[in-house]
Amino acid sequence: MTTVMQIRDLHLRFPLGRSLMDHVKGRPGRVVQALNGVSLDLIQGETLGVVGESGCGKSTLARCIVRLYPPSEGSILFEGQDVFAGDARADRSYNRRVQMMFQDPYSSLNPRMTTGQILAEALSVHQMRPEPEIPARVSELLELVRLPQDAQHRLPHEFSGGQRQRIAIARALAVEPEVLIADELVSALDVSVQAQVVNLLLDLQRDLGLTILFVAHDLRLVRHVSNRVAVIYLGRIVEIGDSETLFSAPAHPYSQALLSAAPSLNPDNRGNATRLEGELPSPLNMPSGCPFHVRCPHASDICKSTIPALTPFEGCGEVACHHVEEINAHA
Amino acid sequence: MQDQSPILEVDRLNTTFHRNGRPLPALRDVSFSVARGEVLGLVGESGSGKSVTLRSIIGLARRYGEVTGQILWQGRDLLPMPDRALRQVQGREIAMIFQEPMTSLNPLLTVGLQLEETLQSHTDLPRAARRDRAVEMLDLVGIPSAAQRLKDYPHQFSGGMRQRVMIAIALAANPKLLLADEPTTALDVTIQAQILDLILRLADEMDMGVVLVTHDLGVVAQTCDNVAVMYAGRIVEQGPVRDVLREPRHPYTVGLMRSVPENLPPRTPLYSVPGTPPGLDALPPGCAFAPRCAACIQPCQQDRPGLSLIADGRQVACFNPVTKAEGNAA
Repeated sequence: MTTVMQIRDLHLRFPLGRSLMDHVKGRPGRVVQALNGVSLDLIQGETLGVVGESGCGKSTLARCIVRLYPPSEGSILFEGQDVFAGDARADRSYNRRVQMMFQDPYSSLNPRMTTGQILAEALSVHQMRPEPEIPARVSELLELVRLPQDAQHRLPHEFSGGQRQRIAIARALAVEPEVLIADELVSALDVSVQAQVVNLLLDLQRDLGLTILFVAHDLRLVRHVSNRVAVIYLGRIVEIGDSETLFSAPAHPYSQALLSAAPSLNPDNRGNATRLEGELPSPLNMPSGCPFHVRCPHASDICKSTIPALTPFEGCGEVACHHVEEINAHA
Repeated sequence: MQDQSPILEVDRLNTTFHRNGRPLPALRDVSFSVARGEVLGLVGESGSGKSVTLRSIIGLARRYGEVTGQILWQGRDLLPMPDRALRQVQGREIAMIFQEPMTSLNPLLTVGLQLEETLQSHTDLPRAARRDRAVEMLDLVGIPSAAQRLKDYPHQFSGGMRQRVMIAIALAANPKLLLADEPTTALDVTIQAQILDLILRLADEMDMGVVLVTHDLGVVAQTCDNVAVMYAGRIVEQGPVRDVLREPRHPYTVGLMRSVPENLPPRTPLYSVPGTPPGLDALPPGCAFAPRCAACIQPCQQDRPGLSLIADGRQVACFNPVTKAEGNAA
């Protein structure tokens, strides 16, 4: 088990700038606290699922990993090297080795380039193949993602959503990456197409030994593809552990509520879910202490004042909750 | 519990759009009925005709296409009705909510004004009573401090709260039928659960029928009484939710259910129906699903199977339906 990437205490704050009122009252500008100390390891060849509600920071984390956002604090180590260190930023090889795929294939593929041009560009920018060998490699890539060869000469709008995601996957694989960041890769697709793309991803991972960070809000799907899962709430990991264990017996009260909100296919399971009251608080105005205490049925005084640390809990992975033992003793 | 007599009876609804002079058959022979207090799910993939069905019922499709058949609303046929008379039904007796609440709310008007507008055109309430009713509605859909929030604009609400506002506006005139087009697709699961609970509770309290369009079989399982599965503009299977989900008989329903990763060994290949749905301008002569169907037999190629009754309340449009044993093995 080798760790490919170590993320340590990652913080990301987006300052909103000071409004006129802030200047008048002499207060500092407001800040969106998108990530608040995320630490995790990506292990060679695994799929790590990341789940949480919208606005919890899952996509921000993905974007930080591919260096789209520099973090305010903390570090990301890739093979022991800090990817945000001064000289590392000039190093293009990280961009090649860690590839991102986005949710919306309409906006992430250039509408005026044919599939062949899109793939050839990736190959030549990173000098993956000498110029004369590029056409052959493009055909190979199309075959890899099971697109017909005539797709080369067509524009993105001529494809269906599922096919477009295949082009995005082919483009990411063109540069022979080691880590793939899939941000809601199949969320916009119908279930049967979704199944095809997920199968493709699982096959490719097995054949090419890829490490995948799979960000999605579809819990059933994350459970299916992941080896491990991290549950994020307001920019913090509240629980992380083996996928099957976490889904069958979530320990953090937020994981419990989130998982039980996913509608089951069995009509007899109606009404036995723990419903979560309220909504995700704004990351502009973070609650003190445990960020979940405002919605948590188990919250007590300590939750309002102290942020619980992510600690190993028996039979589960790691959980950040002051009351994890009582909660799971009752269950 | 539901009253047995239907309030809405859709009979052989056909909707055709035209593109470049060629007809596109968006709906073919869609028939179903909804009773008071009943929640009917319409499920299918993109382009199967779920949303067009709702738009045809409420009279939005007839502006762009040709709608034929019969839509009996409490005994009156809505199709031949002139626009003016139809407006008495739209919004007042039949209300609709859409997937994206931000594009269906006016960003320049306060939520209170938009609620009062609905009340003004659909009820005889005087001004003061309209305001009270607006507060009552926001309260009913679970928006905290309703009276203050009437002065807020749509952008000041979160996605889930905006969908609540939409529901409040749709239900303000006490409709007897709610058409909900993917009302929770844009929302998180936790908020989705809250909104679905809300729709169910209100349907029950107001004794209102609901037609819920969704692509999520989980949502159907958790909320609907009956379900109709659509494929390429036709209903291919319908019946009580429990029966259909437990023993799907149409090969397409079976395929759809098997694509959902539930109760599967982790990281195993997911089932996926081979091929893609046909384009509306290139429908095969026989059953539209035949080219993708593993149970396809000879008649499927030439003839189109009609919906036929196979058991109590269950209809399937298939010449070679899946039997229980096969369904389990599949």
